[in-house]
Amino acid sequence: MRKFKEVFIEKSLLTSALITILITLGIILVLSLEAVNFFREVPIIDFLTDTQWTPLFTDKHFGIMPLLSGTLLTSFIAIAFAVPVGLSISIYISEYAPRSFRKSIKPALELLAAVPTVVYGFFALTVVTPFLQSFIPGLSGFNSLSAGLVMGIMIIPFVSSLSEDALHAVPNSLREAAYGMGSTKLQNSFRVLVPAASSGIIVSIILAISRAIGETMIVAIAAGQQPRLTMDPTVPVETITAYIVQVSLGDVEHGSLEYRTIFAAGITLFIFTFLLNTFSYKIRKKFREKYE
Amino acid sequence: MNNIKANRLKDQIFKFWGIACTLLGLVLLAIFIGSILIDGLQRIDWDFITSLPSRKAERAGIYTALMGSVWVLVLTTIIALPLGIAAAIYLEEYARKGKLSSLLEVNISNLAGVPSIIYGLLGLEIFVRILEMGSSVLAGSFTLALLILPIVIVSTREAIKAVPQSVRDGSFALGASKWQTVARQLLPASFGGILTGVILALSRAVGETAPLIVIGALTYVPFAPESPMDEFSVLPIQIFNWISRPQEGFEVNAAAAIIILLLITFLMNGIAVFFRNKWQKKLG
Amino acid sequence: MTQQVNDNIVDKSIKRVHKLEAKGVKVFYDDFEAIKGIDMQIKANKVTAFIGPSGCGKSTFLRLFNRMNDYVDGFRMEGEILIDGENIYKKKVNVEQLRKQVGMVFQKPNPFPKSIYENVAYGLKIQGIKDKKYLKEKVEDSLKQVALWDEVKDDLNKSAMALSGGQQQRLCIARTLAVEPSIILMDEPTSALDPLSTAKIEELIYELKQKYTIVIVTHNMQQAGRISDYTAFFYLGELIEYDKSKKLFTNPEKQQTENYITGRFG
Repeated sequence: MRKFKEVFIEKSLLTSALITILITLGIILVLSLEAVNFFREVPIIDFLTDTQWTPLFTDKHFGIMPLLSGTLLTSFIAIAFAVPVGLSISIYISEYAPRSFRKSIKPALELLAAVPTVVYGFFALTVVTPFLQSFIPGLSGFNSLSAGLVMGIMIIPFVSSLSEDALHAVPNSLREAAYGMGSTKLQNSFRVLVPAASSGIIVSIILAISRAIGETMIVAIAAGQQPRLTMDPTVPVETITAYIVQVSLGDVEHGSLEYRTIFAAGITLFIFTFLLNTFSYKIRKKFREKYE
Repeated sequence: MNNIKANRLKDQIFKFWGIACTLLGLVLLAIFIGSILIDGLQRIDWDFITSLPSRKAERAGIYTALMGSVWVLVLTTIIALPLGIAAAIYLEEYARKGKLSSLLEVNISNLAGVPSIIYGLLGLEIFVRILEMGSSVLAGSFTLALLILPIVIVSTREAIKAVPQSVRDGSFALGASKWQTVARQLLPASFGGILTGVILALSRAVGETAPLIVIGALTYVPFAPESPMDEFSVLPIQIFNWISRPQEGFEVNAAAAIIILLLITFLMNGIAVFFRNKWQKKLG
Repeated sequence: MTQQVNDNIVDKSIKRVHKLEAKGVKVFYDDFEAIKGIDMQIKANKVTAFIGPSGCGKSTFLRLFNRMNDYVDGFRMEGEILIDGENIYKKKVNVEQLRKQVGMVFQKPNPFPKSIYENVAYGLKIQGIKDKKYLKEKVEDSLKQVALWDEVKDDLNKSAMALSGGQQQRLCIARTLAVEPSIILMDEPTSALDPLSTAKIEELIYELKQKYTIVIVTHNMQQAGRISDYTAFFYLGELIEYDKSKKLFTNPEKQQTENYITGRFG
């Protein structure tokens, strides 16, 4: 009897774990089934090469490029801001800061990641954009610069926290070796520790990129809803995620082509983040073996 | 000698740069919270919390959205908690190293990185359409439960892993079965850690906007939900709605509602940190 | 060692006499008193060994001479450490300059995860030396001093992590020699090595003492007896006995020393 109970419990626990695989399968199935329906009507070559995205207009175009460029532009701005700052923070906290300071500053920084993104969107729209407009005259009310920068603030803790863990995991013997030869902390950090922790740091950057690409509310609120193929950070753009929100807010009929566009956009987004996540997982796996 | 002096100077400069970077985010956050408080604090009173939404900014309140958030939070917890903890127990205590466990592992790590809006698309097809829940509280809760499931699993595993091996050995040596060891030793010992992870996951769920917009949560609901099958809105969607309105008054409303939302989020984070510290002390 | 000296790197004011001295030194880690008041003079161009049971403070004491304890949390020190009469714990002392002068070899070989060449050149590069020819000569010269050159001369660009433990430790010594220190501190440099590698390093230490003042912490009393001119016995944070090695190992003054070297505790 006891044996039976144990087996039953184990099977139930296993089932719960297997549900996570069902979720992934569900995501892939849902996205690809609707996307397949979409591509029956829109040739995939148009989807990839057309430079306009106007599914909600009478003159319909279904080129993903403008949405993709909007996504990449805002993400690039966010990363260009968050990586140098986040990495500097991680080096400062791991190598320079007194231990007591380190203990209190880490949760404080993680608070930045806890703020809901809709709040960041409001911040970008009502504080950062007007501030930037005061010295960038041509800046539009909706723009990728402000959205990207605020998104950068949001992902700073992703970069700093994981990089700091990686730096911290470098064996102390390397630190001592470098100090023992007369390195300053700065030389030790950049010549010895950062190279030694490079895999962990790369993982943190990849995860930050993935996070930026999938971020929705900040860009939906502050970057605008005008899909356009541009690298100009001062004009309104639309990201993949913002487009999905835009359609979801409207009254789009289930089964219509417009409805299916959000799944075509969704699967594009999913493929990007899936590749980035898988890549970072591989590196992380290798990195873990190195130190254990 | 000159070189060494120059190196020292660079070292000092970087130190101040590091301090500046560390404070940058926090200072910006402080500026923002300050400006929100200035905008929104005057708008917060009992009426604001208990009033129904309105097309007139000065009469609108957050009651229905707040109740929607509470409903969603409770249901999400009920769905995600047992599932996540069970999966974590399986992975940490039962699974043998092999293809299945490494597949589960990669999969969970990947799920944690899937953008939240994709969960919205999943929920829209599965819960709203195929399972015919409509854009109800229940559909929203299922969607958010799937979203936070990886976080619950990962943090629960960490908490169980932190229980010393000697506890397991001791329990097995006394003739306890695996499940008895899990239920009587490991879960109580890791309770604080699990709780911390769950609260953090829920604080993430409270702030989520995009997936709920995708499953069709309303931006304007005149009544608070009374059953899981009712339509609903949540606080972040209410904020989003007010932000997108051009009239001046709504921006103030948005700021006021943000104060409430931040209060809830920070409170949950604070509680989580409190439990974590307490638990870590107990674990020694 | 070549006498080709780059004016940028070597401060001419540093005299090549290298006497170490401790005056009333106490060390605390938070509330714990790790060194309980030690006065000691270490002779130039000799090998001095520190022996004693684990936790007796010998490593802590060694690391005072290049201020490596500065990074340990809760570290606090009283008293003075003098090198050639200069207190190295004075405020204006440049710690990086000091460490260039006082090299250190650690217990476990700790090469940087870089090439063999980069490991040896590291100390010179961080001083801003970019002259490729000079660096090359210096790397070759340092590797020759530790008798590693013939083993690795064709693999200079290979990762240092691929070397054996003994080779890694000799590489670490070469790395230390490359910056031309006058004093070398060694913290149990052979404890992680096999007997053959240990013998090679001991031989090396014997040769190095012609030019350097060497202080070595060791667990191994035979080793201390073989290679050192002077030996200091530490116990519970105190310096119990300090004498010529021959004398200390054959005819110690103190009972505690005798107990330790005859293996009655430790």
